[in-house]
Amino acid sequence: MLTYVIRRLIGAVAMLVVVSMVTFAIFFVVPQLAGATPEAFASRYVGRAATPETVQLIAERLGFNDPVVVQYARFAKGIVVGAEYDYGTGVEHCPVPCLGYSFLNQQPVWPDLLDRMPVTFSLALGAAIIWLIAGVSTGVVSALRRGSFFDRLAMGTALAGVSLPIFFTGMVTLVVFSYGLNLTAPGGSWTDFGENPGEWAYNLILPWITLAFLFAATYARLTRAGMLETMGEDYIRTARAKGLREREVVVKHGLRAALTPILTLFGLDFGLLIGGAVLTESTYSLPGLGKYAIDAIANNDLPKVMGVTLLTACFVVLASLIVDLLYAVVDPRVRLS
Amino acid sequence: MSFLELKDLRVHFPTDDGLVRSVDGLSFSLERGKTLGIVGESGSGKSVTSLGILGLHKGGPAKISGEIWLDGEELVSATPEHVRQLRGKKMAMIFQDPLSAMHPFYTVGAQIIEAYRVHHDVSKSVARKHAINMLGRVGIPEPSRRVDDYPHHFSGGMRQRAMIAMALSCDPELLIADEPTTALDVTVQAQILDLMRDLQSEFDSALIIITHDLGVVAELADDILVMYGGKCIEYGNAEDIFYRPEHPYTWGLLGSMPRLDREASERLLPIKGSPPSLINVPSGCSFHPRCPYAERTEGKSVSQVPELTETDGGHLVRCHLPRAERRSLWENDVKPMMETT
Ligand SMILES: Nc1ncnc2c1ncn2[C@@H]1O[C@H](COP(=O)(O)OP(=O)(O)O)[C@@H](O)[C@H]1O
Ligand code: SF4
Ligand SMILES: [Mg+2]
Repeated sequence: MLTYVIRRLIGAVAMLVVVSMVTFAIFFVVPQLAGATPEAFASRYVGRAATPETVQLIAERLGFNDPVVVQYARFAKGIVVGAEYDYGTGVEHCPVPCLGYSFLNQQPVWPDLLDRMPVTFSLALGAAIIWLIAGVSTGVVSALRRGSFFDRLAMGTALAGVSLPIFFTGMVTLVVFSYGLNLTAPGGSWTDFGENPGEWAYNLILPWITLAFLFAATYARLTRAGMLETMGEDYIRTARAKGLREREVVVKHGLRAALTPILTLFGLDFGLLIGGAVLTESTYSLPGLGKYAIDAIANNDLPKVMGVTLLTACFVVLASLIVDLLYAVVDPRVRLS
Repeated sequence: MSFLELKDLRVHFPTDDGLVRSVDGLSFSLERGKTLGIVGESGSGKSVTSLGILGLHKGGPAKISGEIWLDGEELVSATPEHVRQLRGKKMAMIFQDPLSAMHPFYTVGAQIIEAYRVHHDVSKSVARKHAINMLGRVGIPEPSRRVDDYPHHFSGGMRQRAMIAMALSCDPELLIADEPTTALDVTVQAQILDLMRDLQSEFDSALIIITHDLGVVAELADDILVMYGGKCIEYGNAEDIFYRPEHPYTWGLLGSMPRLDREASERLLPIKGSPPSLINVPSGCSFHPRCPYAERTEGKSVSQVPELTETDGGHLVRCHLPRAERRSLWENDVKPMMETT
């Protein structure tokens, strides 16, 4: 078990290194291959009125003329030990983990990300709880009553859930829960949890439901398929033959086995989501990582886009690491290999 | 009334292709301390019968009629909840493939503990001691260590022993073993059969052993019921079935029995053809398309369903051939052929 954990940890670190290389390559090497000059990068850090000489100088100072490997090493070093940047207006220190400076306002990217994280995390956490409970229980009931009216209704709704775009379900939930039932704020506001938990939740209900609906649909279908399979297994018959109550048969024996693939998917979905729920955040103008990324893309602010990308990748790698470790706890057969 | 009595049990499954008559009018009785072997090719309705006795068709698609009397209680008309309470405690079952029949995510001990605690209001540690004790009794070495192993850590034979320990954990009065050795290799088979014999005399329960191989029940069963197409076609004590069989299908089963002095591939008198459809059951005697003697009954084999009739004290046969003809066929035709080849 311990070697398994260590192996997975090493794998995760290696994965992160590769991810940082690929991200770096996409955002800094590919544009250069496509014809962007070091000056083009440098010119984004200085005002429009800058003379070509100034741009040249900044490009030199920020190291855009160096070989790609050197640039990557500097970038990676920035993340691990911090970096010094020189824009010509004096040297600035960029603390660990240094993801570079915004093209636009010359602010370091990392503190921005730190600011945005609680928003996205709150959104993802609440939605995840809702979709897990709703999706899994719907899936279980659907599987147990296959072909019933409930099953058909649930699977029809689930199909709608996976195929309808967020802005559409967002509109519908807005009308129903906010204007209709008056349960929640119409969106667009954000209150810190520490400040006022009630208001925090009140403001988030709508985005939670919208986001959860999308995922619950997938989870309901996956749970239903898994339950149909496991409830036909021999060990279910054994459980019944022991005289267990049907409820225990379903939950302890059926659902227990069906949950493993759901756990994997959940880890990856959640990891991806806390890196930014782009559509939901922009639909409700929540100041989270997804919204941040969208704005950065609109402004062509590469360091920000890269920062969010890298952070998301970290979350996904971390999530899959946790899933792998949990898997070994959940499925004893995994511990063998 | 006997400890277990089935009266005209029918289990039918409505399907898109038609009604599947898996069990079609089965009756037998069994006393405590006795062993019944139910023998028949695969698809003859043996498993459906045993699941029916345990009440595991309740709430499913099956249509069940007839009566199942267990210790004076009728189970077909009993509530599912009542039968659930008997399941595992009064009657228990051992399945064919112990690997798929045990839950891969729980330790062997946890599964036995669970089986015990459904019916006994005891603490986990008491149940655990009981589980270790049971594992020891079925011959698992170092039971206090193996109790925490998962099923996949066990060998096939050990797993079946654990399954038996689980089934016996609540000291059931009726134990049904559905092909308990089919998934095991030959040497292990013999060990498991020995174990079951020992345990049965120890627990004094009624035992039903289900198998497609007459060899399995040869030394274990007091009585043998031969099943074909959901019906009993011959019933008698072990000597009747092995030394004085009167049904052509039983002759076929005896002829196709794997024997130690022969390779499994050179079977003596393989039964031609395949088991009957349970949806469009052949007319008359459902064995007639495969029976070498069907022409000897003046067409009755094709047109009339034969009754199960007594040929001797407690020996029942379902065949249109006159008794004298059956006996002479066995003595003069079939038996000599088996002995010479
Ligand atoms: N749930 C079911 N629905 C439809 N047919 C079934 C069902 N269970 C069993 N059967 C049919 O009943 C027949 C007898 O099955 P079974 O009792 O398992 O045979 P065996 O004697 O090999 O144990 C088979 O033809 C099988 O297809
Ligand atoms: S009734 Fe006819 S077909 Fe059936 S076993 Fe007897 S002889 Fe054969
Ligand atoms: Mg069977």
